[in-house]
Amino acid sequence: MHNIEQLEAGKTFLLSGNEAIALGAYHAGLKVAAAYPGTPSTEILENLAQFDSVYAEWSTNEKVAVEVAMGASYAGVRCLASMKHVGLNVAADPLLSASITGINGGLVIVSADDPGMHSSQNEQDNRHYARLAKIPVLEPYDSQSAYDFMFLAFDISEQFDTPVLFRTTTRISHSKSVVRVREALSVKGKALFTANCEKFVMLPAYARKRHVAVEERMKELKRYAETSPVNGILEGQGLAGIITCGISFQYVKEVFPNAPILRLGMTYPLPERMIRGFASRIEKLIVVEELDPFVEEIVKSMGVEVSGKSFIPITGELSPEIVASSAIKAGLLKETAIMDDFCKVDLPQRPPSLCPGCPHRGLFYALGKNPRRIRKKASGASSQVQSGLVVTGDIGCYTLGALPPLGGLDTCACMGASIGHALGIEKAGVTDKVVAVIGDSTFMHSGLTSLADAVYNRSSITVVILDNMTTAMTGHQGHPGTGINAKGEKMQAVSLENAVRGIGVEDVLVIDAFDIKALRDAIATATDSDKLSVVIVRGECAPLRRRSGASRIIDNTRCTQCNTCFKLACPAIQYQGGSVYIDPDLCAGDNCGLCEQVCPVGAIGVIGKAVAE
Amino acid sequence: MKNISVLMTGIGGQGIILASDILADTALRMGWDVKKTDSIGMAQRGGSVISHVRMGEAVNSPLIPVGKADVLFGMEKLEAARSCPFLVSGGKALISNYGSPPLSVTSGGGKYPADEVILDIIRKRAGEIFFIDGITKVADLGNIRTLNVFLLGALSVLLPLSLEAWKESLEARLPQRILDINLAAFSLGQKEIKNAGVD
Repeated sequence: MHNIEQLEAGKTFLLSGNEAIALGAYHAGLKVAAAYPGTPSTEILENLAQFDSVYAEWSTNEKVAVEVAMGASYAGVRCLASMKHVGLNVAADPLLSASITGINGGLVIVSADDPGMHSSQNEQDNRHYARLAKIPVLEPYDSQSAYDFMFLAFDISEQFDTPVLFRTTTRISHSKSVVRVREALSVKGKALFTANCEKFVMLPAYARKRHVAVEERMKELKRYAETSPVNGILEGQGLAGIITCGISFQYVKEVFPNAPILRLGMTYPLPERMIRGFASRIEKLIVVEELDPFVEEIVKSMGVEVSGKSFIPITGELSPEIVASSAIKAGLLKETAIMDDFCKVDLPQRPPSLCPGCPHRGLFYALGKNPRRIRKKASGASSQVQSGLVVTGDIGCYTLGALPPLGGLDTCACMGASIGHALGIEKAGVTDKVVAVIGDSTFMHSGLTSLADAVYNRSSITVVILDNMTTAMTGHQGHPGTGINAKGEKMQAVSLENAVRGIGVEDVLVIDAFDIKALRDAIATATDSDKLSVVIVRGECAPLRRRSGASRIIDNTRCTQCNTCFKLACPAIQYQGGSVYIDPDLCAGDNCGLCEQVCPVGAIGVIGKAVAE
Repeated sequence: MKNISVLMTGIGGQGIILASDILADTALRMGWDVKKTDSIGMAQRGGSVISHVRMGEAVNSPLIPVGKADVLFGMEKLEAARSCPFLVSGGKALISNYGSPPLSVTSGGGKYPADEVILDIIRKRAGEIFFIDGITKVADLGNIRTLNVFLLGALSVLLPLSLEAWKESLEARLPQRILDINLAAFSLGQKEIKNAGVD
């Protein structure tokens, strides 16, 4: 990553979309930025945190982030909230409310969508939020446009009294391309909040008036779309004319280098006159866009004949070859040699796994050893008679605990859902005990409120908080429990145990993530009890720790190859030349020691102790 | 000039992202247009990593279309074989003979393919294969983590980028304390490929 504060105006740099968004916002006079980490959006706030003149915070969740940005906007400064696509679901309430109040200082909401689900649970198309919230959406198509559009986004926001949705995708956020940097704008005015109840207090009587203003705003934005510099026609030849936006523009240029193209930088509201003019000059109009037929359906509603999703896939990320093969299918392109018959060979997969030394591994192993869990696994669907153990899961690295051989989770849907799921399964009346497993950052994000619900509604579930003291999966960001802020400064930490006790949980246990016996005992005690309990499993995230002590080794004279250690799914434990072997470069040494604890014949240890040299 | 596409593959922790950043930065220093994109997935460590780097007068898609990579740069041989469909027919494959068996193999289930199986797959596409024992060479230098820069040195012989631009980029992207050993690894990589027989 560049030190982006040192990038000089007039020069060119290779920036990722996320770096370009951060630099563009900074050069456009940004004062306040708030975000919750989420792939592929995380680096936007990480970069913004480098600027001394920008207040940048990791918020507890996306709803809070948008509300912080709204407050800053009301106080008259330019502000931004960034998040991954599903984060905007969490923040949908303030987003729609910001639409109706309008703004004071420019307010930009960045949504980084994830077509292809590189690291997400769905691939929703967040342009729909622009239509729902009646706000404009800008979609950059490379890093230069991401940088340039950010200046414009703040101008549009302030000119039309509206929040602006700035939508990127993984391929835009995480691709690097050349950016020519401009002079930074000098920031105008100081923060000043002036009370204006009719605008900022949405009592029904005031909100009714604001709705009229919002509809007026949409009409003005439609007129603006016709002349906006972000929409434009690239002349060309050929029968087909293509409307496209975002990264799809690059694939269209690759596949149809000479076709006439209408490139949309603003995909809501659409420039109707421009689209009709473009359509009238060509024989066949097509739309190439990733995910939903968002533009296509609006163009159809204008009564313009157009096609797109009848041959371009609605699922997954597009690529040049997908656009090419779709165009061949639709008869728009002659079949060429590009799609040749490379035979797919069956190579072993390399799926993601928990790191060696991961503090989550022991809990999943211990859950697997719980008699109720063993019973549940063995009985499958017919477990109405005996009480088993259901484990609801959540979003984080630990979701990998669902995979075999750990097989430790039965559900995972969205941030914080594990506790609500557990409560619902319990209240449905199952005979099983229910354990919810949630990470520390996810608990702060949206576990607190559902735990209060469980206390209030007299639940007897067990909530395990896997506290690795960071937001690991997105690259180790701080959260309230860590007490380290986005700029790396030490702040007040919010204590998990105090928060949990404060809500009213009486049975609270804190245990060492690397102590298998303590983990097994804690699960047994908690699930045998009829009281609501919280078990905080504490151990620092492996990549953040310095390796300590010697690698564990296996005494092959004692090893019976019972495979118990393989049940830990540790990448360091391997078969080599017919015997079990621990890779000393991968082993976390004294930071972990789980394999040594689970080996039933004492064949694992360090040289000079337990194991013969 | 025709655009050049280099597909770089390896596993998490090998420094593929840094290597592709250095290559892209070198192209930028030549005054070219350049785009790069990484596919990392959700693995913190040990998962497959792919970087697409494209350079020339004007680059559109950051993703290299299947069958359009001029060079396949592989830091781990199984991953190189997996990404082979990206290589243009008759293209160049520069592959470290380093192998890291994935969990599906080490837990006793799958089988890590033999070198001949991997080379047979790559031969279906590649016109020239450089199958290099990079780890041994950089281990002699004293730091196996320089394998990425060693292979960049080898790559530099195959691409029309100036040595000056490479040096500037290496100096800009690498921390001072490990710069010298990496510059040595780069030179070693250059020599290796100049002397190497084509497979």
